[in-house]
Amino acid sequence: MVVRVQTEDFDVGAEVNAMRLSESNIGAVVSFVGQVRDFNDGDHVGLMTLEHYPGMTEKSLAGIIEQAQARWSVLDALIIHRVGELKPLDQIVLVLVASAHRKDAFSACEFMMDYLKTEAPFWKKEQTPTGERWVEAKDSDNQSKSRWQQ
Amino acid sequence: MITVLYFARLKESLNYSTEEMELPESVQTIAQLKTHLAKRGEAWANLFNGKQTIRAAINHALVENDAAIKNGDEVAFFPPVTGG
Repeated sequence: MVVRVQTEDFDVGAEVNAMRLSESNIGAVVSFVGQVRDFNDGDHVGLMTLEHYPGMTEKSLAGIIEQAQARWSVLDALIIHRVGELKPLDQIVLVLVASAHRKDAFSACEFMMDYLKTEAPFWKKEQTPTGERWVEAKDSDNQSKSRWQQ
Repeated sequence: MITVLYFARLKESLNYSTEEMELPESVQTIAQLKTHLAKRGEAWANLFNGKQTIRAAINHALVENDAAIKNGDEVAFFPPVTGG
């Protein structure tokens, strides 16, 4: 299980291969990649800055992996999240989950992203033609998370 | 003493990122600390008067308003998170 918070970009193919080849009982690897869009709430976004809470961020992400492991048969998991300045099409986040069968990996990956979106201490600030603004949290993200609590 | 950290929009509005403070006797919970901070002036009142959603963490764990604070804790206040 790996958690990394970094300014540098990551190589999805290399990360998938490293996980895929690490154990011969792995039958499925699911990956989610999030990237910067060039629009949000109707405005063009030229640059995005990601702030986080060093120390808590890593614990939060590790805790999310532990919760996923408690619910599904997860053989390996990885979360990489970038911070600092990012531009449209830059990768922001990578979640990888390996399991023996696909269902566990699909569900665990979706669960981990839903919890990351609502619990991990990251904040986005975007630059639009009219100036800088902090991105507002979305209620739809809370609803996505709450379906796992039913 | 406790350490209090502010992040994102809070850090900018208050022009404050971290402080050490003596825990006042009247403050035993997150809700009471928010009430205490709201008395510091307009910018503080705007953030901590309860009208905005402000999340809190104690020692790196998300907590609710009724969570207890004790000496030596690291308390953090921040807006709802927007990563991913």
